[in-house]
Amino acid sequence: MAETGRLTAPTAPLASPVTLVRVAIIAAVLVTWEAVAASGLLFRDVVPSLTMIGRALAELLMDPTYYWHLGVTAGEIGVAMLIGGLAGLVVGILLGSNRLLGRAYEAYLYYLGPTPKIIFFPVMIMWFGVGPGSKVAMGVLSCFFPVALSAAAGMRQINPILIRVGRSFRASTWQMVTKIYLPAMRLPILNGVRLGLGVAIIGTLLAETKLSNRGIGFLIINAYSTFNMPRMYALLIVLFVLSIGVNAVVGRLGGVDAIKR
Amino acid sequence: MTARAQSNLVPLALGFGSLIAAILVFEVLIRVGLINRFIVPMPSQIAGAFHRVITEEEIPHRFLVTAREALWATLLLALFGIGIGVLLYRVKLLRDATETWVAAMASAPTVLMYPLFLVIFGRSERTIIMMGFVAGLPAVILKTIEGLASTREVLVNVGRSFKLSEMQLFWKIYFPTAMPTIFVGMRLGMIFALINIVGVEFLINFGGLGQLINDLAERYDLPGTYAAICFVILVSVIFFFLTDRLERWLRPAA
Repeated sequence: MAETGRLTAPTAPLASPVTLVRVAIIAAVLVTWEAVAASGLLFRDVVPSLTMIGRALAELLMDPTYYWHLGVTAGEIGVAMLIGGLAGLVVGILLGSNRLLGRAYEAYLYYLGPTPKIIFFPVMIMWFGVGPGSKVAMGVLSCFFPVALSAAAGMRQINPILIRVGRSFRASTWQMVTKIYLPAMRLPILNGVRLGLGVAIIGTLLAETKLSNRGIGFLIINAYSTFNMPRMYALLIVLFVLSIGVNAVVGRLGGVDAIKR
Repeated sequence: MTARAQSNLVPLALGFGSLIAAILVFEVLIRVGLINRFIVPMPSQIAGAFHRVITEEEIPHRFLVTAREALWATLLLALFGIGIGVLLYRVKLLRDATETWVAAMASAPTVLMYPLFLVIFGRSERTIIMMGFVAGLPAVILKTIEGLASTREVLVNVGRSFKLSEMQLFWKIYFPTAMPTIFVGMRLGMIFALINIVGVEFLINFGGLGQLINDLAERYDLPGTYAAICFVILVSVIFFFLTDRLERWLRPAA
């Protein structure tokens, strides 16, 4: 007589294959790094050992002056986003709502947007001085274009019925902007803000590396000047984590994943 | 003149006319002293500096240096970007494990790694080329995966029915289908590379057009600095325009 086997509940694997591959890649990179650091193949300290980088990272995170510099950079980027984002939003709404203006000026924004903004830094120093003003200006210049282009594109995507409803209620221009345009353009605007924030961070930090005595950019170039490589690696790690994290948070807030889908 | 040509001409005239008007307004404001001429030179001075900058500052040579750096970065992008994209498409497990990392790298400020690259490669063209390459790499990888993944199943099945080998399938089916999307990635990568190349040239005061701006600014040659900035903008705009046209030409008709 055939014996029926006992049904057993399938046990879930401890880790998925994807997680295992990720762990394997990270482990391989770390082992290779440590081997190169110990081999002496490269100049001393160009590839410092992981323990040195870890120690530098811990020292950096426990250093109060680091947070002061981080605050300076965050303040510059925040002001730049406020000015550049608002200016981009106003220009984008104007170009998106008026067909003639859009066709007349949008091409200039489209082609000027991807030019390397750092080349304007000497001009910004002339106009706004060597202090935080020129760094804020670089951030403004960087983030204006993506926000303006996204707002203009978002404006054109608004359902015309919504605009007609607003007009039929005799809404004023301010009411149209706050009650119809901005809520309907939320996703493209936040996408533009996300892109603008990324380039504002780059513009501000690059300006700090070129000419500044404060901010994260200054700390990076200072670490380079004093050949303190573990500290430079630690600064780059912190900067990358913060940038990617902020970008992801803004993306989630705006439901950018939903747009892609 | 047809109504359509007229409707195209009006925005063009408005845009160009506004640009000319803005330049004239600046010229007048600087001449009457409302804007300090030691901070903003007159547009007529900038126009006059163009000839001097082109002849005395070896613009053609500097342009070729930047173009050479951009070309090397583009070749590296094509080789490694498309190569890694194909590899990740073929090995699904690897793609699932690393695609989000590549996307995260695309949003990371990689240009801030230039002091690190200076230490590794020295103050040389290699640093500039590598910075351009690193900046453009994620876009090329992601678009290559997207292009290959969008190949229609029916085309692959046709290929299989003709008993094509894996290599033939790739070169005759996957690659031609993915070509327009891969070019979009290459265009984005080239744009990021060019931005970073000129930017790093400016920052480390080495190389072609970016260094020229830094040189002129340090000499306090304001008309020359503005003229050089205008020249770089012109080169960038022409580059974006041409690649944009090429991308539209490659894109299949909807």
